[in-house]
Amino acid sequence: MFDFAQVIDFLPQLGKGLYYTLLISVIGLLIGFILGAIFGLGRISKNKFFFVISSIYVEVIRGTPVLVQAIWIFFALPIITQYNMDSVPAGIVVIAINSGAYIAEIVRGSVDSIDKGQMEAGRSLGLNKHQTMRYIIWPQAFKRMIPPLGNQFIISIKDTSLLSVILVPELMFQGRYIASNHFNAVEIYTTVALFYLVINFSLSLLLRYIERRLNY
Amino acid sequence: MITVQDLHKKFGDNQVLKGINCEVKEKEVVCVIGPSGSGKSTFLRCLNLLEDITSGDVIVDGYNLRDRATDINMIRTEVGMVFQQFNLFPHKTVIQNVMLAPRKVRKISAEEARKRGEALLVKVGLAEKADQYPAQLSGGQQQRVAIARALAMEPKLMLFDEPTSALDPELVGEVLEVMKQLAKEGMTMVVVTHEMGFAREVADRVLFMDEGIIMEENTPDVIFTNPASERTKNFLNKVL
Ligand SMILES: Nc1ncnc2c1ncn2[C@@H]1O[C@H](COP(=O)(O)OP(=O)(O)OP(=O)(O)O)[C@@H](O)[C@H]1O
Ligand SMILES: [Mg+2]
Repeated sequence: MFDFAQVIDFLPQLGKGLYYTLLISVIGLLIGFILGAIFGLGRISKNKFFFVISSIYVEVIRGTPVLVQAIWIFFALPIITQYNMDSVPAGIVVIAINSGAYIAEIVRGSVDSIDKGQMEAGRSLGLNKHQTMRYIIWPQAFKRMIPPLGNQFIISIKDTSLLSVILVPELMFQGRYIASNHFNAVEIYTTVALFYLVINFSLSLLLRYIERRLNY
Repeated sequence: MITVQDLHKKFGDNQVLKGINCEVKEKEVVCVIGPSGSGKSTFLRCLNLLEDITSGDVIVDGYNLRDRATDINMIRTEVGMVFQQFNLFPHKTVIQNVMLAPRKVRKISAEEARKRGEALLVKVGLAEKADQYPAQLSGGQQQRVAIARALAMEPKLMLFDEPTSALDPELVGEVLEVMKQLAKEGMTMVVVTHEMGFAREVADRVLFMDEGIIMEENTPDVIFTNPASERTKNFLNKVL
């Protein structure tokens, strides 16, 4: 009935999809992490302007679906800017901006959760604010960020499958293409699902390992 | 070493310090006592600007803290502080806790900082704990590390905010012992405490604070045996 052996023939094409899925996830999340760190600090900043900008960013992204964000960036933004973006860079932008907002909240929450006595102890020793953040607050906050960050990474990797609607040749896009041409939906979509599962499960294990290494 | 003139502090509409005047001389040990909520911690924290000052002047080591030209980070290197909750850095070992500020603020070498740090740990009786993490120590040990950490900056003055209040009774003694030793060596100290025995034995002067002012100040002998104010008398009756 189902012929899973034939999947082997499509592995090169699925592999290409996997490549784009990983590429967009890694670069997108890297940029997302930087955005998250910046705007997360914005959310705890005493600078009004920085705080307001960061809050608007976070609320707009959290309040809209990632699918809408992707379509808006790929189809609407070029009309406004008169500049066409290729689908892969657009996909990276979507993942970066989307994950950045959630990571900003993770950063804010983790930094906020560090006892305020830590800042006071650092400052009372003569460390300036920047040094106290760098040597005392960040390392502790970072450890607390790992579980929610891991969660966000997994969510974002799964979100890349939505990028097939803006023609990013990622895993889901390839799967749909193959399945509609060869009428093997069960075999191909099962394989696609397994690919995502393997990526995310490996990531889970890696994060658990890192967390254990950071134990003190 | 410290001069405080008409110090006021408000939190919003809550007037917590209502005109504090006092003076702490070099090598003097001053204990601050008084009921909960009277502003003792707030007063102490104004001395190194952990709280900003609403009005009045605080002059530490010749620098007016409210003067814009005063480098507050520099002042804080001269003023050690020990907290009720220790506030050790949990992600750093004992020796790293002690070495951090000398390395990053005083910019001394790692070896030099380690050498000094180890000497300080010997002094507080914790040489063998250098490579452990704070969570592995008892409260009394943690507070002694916190004292060593503050001393590592070679401050001219030490502030203590109820350093033994968070400790189990059997651990109080070891911390007070270290503080007595410091006092004997001539460290200038301001100590907020509920340990009346310590105040009596070690203090040169005791300040009794109530409702945001210094109600009474005198030698421990006078304060504890023959206080002038009725408030002081009542307070001591309750705690002694
Ligand atoms: N950060 C703050 N914000 C608002 N109010 C504060 C703050 N810190 C202290 N207060 C208020 O200031 C008053 C004095 O507090 P403070 O901690 O100085 O008292 P204390 O004498 O140290 O008391 P205790 O013996 O309980 O430590 C209290 O009414 C307290 O609620
Ligand atoms: Mg207090």
